[in-house]
Amino acid sequence: MDPLSVNIRNISKTYRDAEALQDVSFRIKRGELFGLIGPDGAGKTSLFRILATLLLPDKGTATVEDYDVVRDYKEIRKITGYMAGRFSLYQDLTVEENLKFYATVFGTTMEENYDLIKDIYSHIEPYKKRRAGKLSGGMKQKLALSCAMIHKPRILIMDEPTTGVDAVSRKEFWEMLIRLKGHDITILVSTPYMDEAELCDQVALVQSGRILSVDTPQNIIGAYRRRLMDLSASDLYRLKEDMEAYEHTHSVYLFGQKLHLTLKKDVAEEALTEYLEERGHRDLNMKSISPNIEDCFMELMVKA
Amino acid sequence: MNRKKTVIRVRDMVKKFGDFTANDRLSFEVYEGEIFGFLGANGAGKTTALRILCGLSLPTSGEISVAGYNVYSDREKIKKRIGYMSQKFSLYEDLKVYENIRLYAGIYGLSRKYIRERTDHLLETLGLEGVRNKLIAELPLGWRQKLAFSVAVFHQPSIVFLDEPTGGVDPITRRQFWDLIYRASQDGITVFVTTHYMDEAEYCDRVCIMEAGRIEAIGTPGELKGKYAAKNMDEVFIKIAR
Repeated sequence: MDPLSVNIRNISKTYRDAEALQDVSFRIKRGELFGLIGPDGAGKTSLFRILATLLLPDKGTATVEDYDVVRDYKEIRKITGYMAGRFSLYQDLTVEENLKFYATVFGTTMEENYDLIKDIYSHIEPYKKRRAGKLSGGMKQKLALSCAMIHKPRILIMDEPTTGVDAVSRKEFWEMLIRLKGHDITILVSTPYMDEAELCDQVALVQSGRILSVDTPQNIIGAYRRRLMDLSASDLYRLKEDMEAYEHTHSVYLFGQKLHLTLKKDVAEEALTEYLEERGHRDLNMKSISPNIEDCFMELMVKA
Repeated sequence: MNRKKTVIRVRDMVKKFGDFTANDRLSFEVYEGEIFGFLGANGAGKTTALRILCGLSLPTSGEISVAGYNVYSDREKIKKRIGYMSQKFSLYEDLKVYENIRLYAGIYGLSRKYIRERTDHLLETLGLEGVRNKLIAELPLGWRQKLAFSVAVFHQPSIVFLDEPTGGVDPITRRQFWDLIYRASQDGITVFVTTHYMDEAEYCDRVCIMEAGRIEAIGTPGELKGKYAAKNMDEVFIKIAR
């Protein structure tokens, strides 16, 4: 078995009466790209802050590279790169000054670990004299990632690096992360975008402070037990309303120009077609499909 | 959707900040009851255009009318006829649910009696009767966003502007939010919405994609997918922005 990088055991955290994390446990192997997937308020930031030694858990223990997050916080800080959800570099320092500052804080130099960040930093190097506050969103992100990695961390923790970022920049960011995997760094990323789960080696789906599932994306999809159908017709919203009213419907969700439908029991397609044709639907189209992570997440949410 | 009636008319809209052109001769129309998706990469100029249409900022040039009013001379009238909500700020966290409704409705000059009646109806429709006296801060994000939307259309505006309303919202609530959008559009309210979720772009009647201050594409999701030979809006977006 690969050595463990992160081991979380029964972690709970409460803010006044809000339970941010409830008995969370899972493990992450060294060198893995791990995704923590869930909406706002699921507890993603709390968990990452505990691992980065910025927040104390109320209950439970966690280790990062065999260091305890409470007792050995100083050691963990040396080997961790942390990118907070909000852009937190110095806006009034230039690109290069920010990078040098972070290198110095960790007792290293830009030159020493340049190879590690080269691939990312080369995109912003032409603007190295520009102040960080004047960079575009995508460039800020590249700088933040460069700064988080300049001390060659063994573990990189990124809190929602792609939130509020457009679809193209998101794609580029993930391409960078996947290239980083070759450097033997454990990478933890949180995101509210379900489609990003499929790019991770392993994911934890989180909702309201609880883990719904931890596994590879393939296994999470494989564990989906229902027969999922993709359904469309000329009037999609009316189709959705009629399917919500159908007695055998288990769940029906919009996915772009289609519906994803599951039934309580196996109903013959003819019966379903008849039900819809009686209601005047035209251009009916239905076929069985395999679920994506969002289907799985919603099914797990309903069960929980 | 009523294609005959135009509620937003934009002709050659330009907005400059110094030498920087944030909006470069934008021209488009939005029809009554339409769900109009306004997409583009970060920095493409969406927020600038949105602020002008809401009467919060003056354009440098161009002919623009919103809900029948001119954006240069009738900005206060525009504000009365529109609703607005964003992901970043929607409701006052330290006020209770019913206090937020009363505050916003009061700002739009609705009568107390009307506010009282409509509040009961609204909370019932959203299934939020139980949290009437709770602070907004105590509600999950998804509930807040649904409530914020309902507050934004409480005064029955002709257009509601939604700036990334579903960012970070869980997948089930995100879909329930779109049900609300759809119902508002059925009631004749025009919905002008920005989003980074490309599946949501598919729910719009028409979408407009901005790139570097200009309109790069405009049409129904079906038309754009055909034009760019793409299987979904995500592909359309990536083909345009790359």
